[in-house]
Amino acid sequence: MEWLQQLVNGISIGSIYALIALGYTMVYGIIKLINFAHGDVFMLGAFIGFYAVAKWDVGFFPALIISMVVCAIIGVIIERIAYKRLRSATRIAALITAIGVSLLIEYTVIFFRGASPEAYPDVLPKVTIDLFGASISSLSIVIIAVTVVLMLLLQFIVHKTKIGKAMRAVSHDADAARLMGINVDNTISATFAIGSALAGAAGVIFGVYYTRVEPLMGVLPGLKAFIAAVLGGIGSIPGAAVGGYVLGIVETIVSAVGYSLWRDAAAFIILIIILIVKPSGIFGKHAREKV
Amino acid sequence: MKKSKAFLSYSILALVIYAAVQVMISSGMIDAYYQNMLVTMCINIMLAVSLHIVIGITGQFSIGHAGFMAVGAYFSAIATMKFGLPFPVAILIGAVVAGLAGLLVGVPSLRLKGDYLAIATLGFAEIIRIVFVNVEFVGGAAGMVVNQMSNWTYAYVGVILTILVIANFTNSRHGRGCISIREDEIAADAMGINTTYYKVVAFTIGSAFAGVAGAIYAHNFFIIQPTTFGFLKSFDILILVVLGGLGSLSGSVIAAVFLTFVTTYLANFPETRMIIYSLVLIIVMLYRPTGLLGTKEITSVFKFGKRGGSSA
Repeated sequence: MEWLQQLVNGISIGSIYALIALGYTMVYGIIKLINFAHGDVFMLGAFIGFYAVAKWDVGFFPALIISMVVCAIIGVIIERIAYKRLRSATRIAALITAIGVSLLIEYTVIFFRGASPEAYPDVLPKVTIDLFGASISSLSIVIIAVTVVLMLLLQFIVHKTKIGKAMRAVSHDADAARLMGINVDNTISATFAIGSALAGAAGVIFGVYYTRVEPLMGVLPGLKAFIAAVLGGIGSIPGAAVGGYVLGIVETIVSAVGYSLWRDAAAFIILIIILIVKPSGIFGKHAREKV
Repeated sequence: MKKSKAFLSYSILALVIYAAVQVMISSGMIDAYYQNMLVTMCINIMLAVSLHIVIGITGQFSIGHAGFMAVGAYFSAIATMKFGLPFPVAILIGAVVAGLAGLLVGVPSLRLKGDYLAIATLGFAEIIRIVFVNVEFVGGAAGMVVNQMSNWTYAYVGVILTILVIANFTNSRHGRGCISIREDEIAADAMGINTTYYKVVAFTIGSAFAGVAGAIYAHNFFIIQPTTFGFLKSFDILILVVLGGLGSLSGSVIAAVFLTFVTTYLANFPETRMIIYSLVLIIVMLYRPTGLLGTKEITSVFKFGKRGGSSA
């Protein structure tokens, strides 16, 4: 059952993409900014998890929570310092700033600890389970379970809590939301906090799954998560999750049929096809252009 | 009349700069290290000016410029190394193929706007890079060995041609069409300007000159590798345009010259260089989002003749 194993692999990678993509899509939905630094928050999350495990000797779940909390704080700091004053700036200015923040995080990390990769310690027991003839690592199952729990939690926050309601209101119409007495600044900060926490969780999961972290590891997963967000329809939370899984599975299939060197190109080809054919994505709403 | 006078003055200035540097090179005052820096500077100027026409003039945000540079570099290298063509012909081939690549990429992706366009160009540049990684004919990931053929003369002529074409394009009917798209695309469309056409033209010209820069780059460093043309290179080019001023040709040139010096002196501290670059990028965007010169040109400060406004 080769294909079942590949499917599980694809879903594991897809989970990581989906978690990062959720942050992209939430931030884009609320302030229409492609937060290029999101991939680097993911990298920071991986390193925070690494240091938590290696220095303080904590287990997987405490490391995950530490990483999520610290990443949430970092996300809010980034938003407050760099993006807040760009709310009324042009899209190009905001995008360039995001690129600047991304490069700044990457090279500050390289400056302080060097560019050498780090081997993630084994924090989860590795057992392979035979299921219908496919050997599935227990790691994959934990990853998929953690992702699903986090997504359900996010769904709960967005749809059942007051801050979630505020987020939906602000993403719908920030000015009207402000008139209704919603604190738009705090809501945007909360969005960044939640998105960055998810990226931090994805970082720890990535580290555990691939056992290798390095300062520039966030660039490619960050871009692919963005592709996943576009694929699902940017601004749509279920879209980001679906996009992430689709991308993960497609990449695994491309590798499995023997074109592993073209795996990264596959993601970008998907991006370009979706941008040309249906820029609003699978779940996106088509926004009409207004003068 | 006034215009041709200004043109004559600029031509003389360009010739004087060329002659001065050439004399210094032949007399040995500029050693190989600085000669190399001058060629790098010329390459950076070409890249900055060629991206300036896309971002600064037409207002289309492309972050995949290194991809077209890669096309120019590889195709010119194939021309000289595999087919033994002379270097000027190879530069021309590099430019034409890069321009065609720009056309191919531009036609579908320039329908997109803003962020989506940025990501699409980034995606295309990555696809181009991955194609070169996977093609064994050009050496794959290990890279391709190229003889050193670039020198100050080729690089300088390339710069002058780039600036000449792009400055004249900007002042032409087409250039004004492009500027109107930058200012307000919907209004330009409503005034009967074929926005898609002008966007594609600007993108193609920009790509072709990035190809020239790539061709000269390829024949300057003995080896070309696909990793050189990743998105970091695109961002390096982007910062030249952003720092100089979105919409200022002279600003792009000055930024390219200045940052080449900075890069050369910080060559041993690449992390520090990138931290400074990114901080500059953020601070410029936060406090002066139009870039240092904005849309002004340095030449308008000392105009030939007293009355300004009609030329430039």
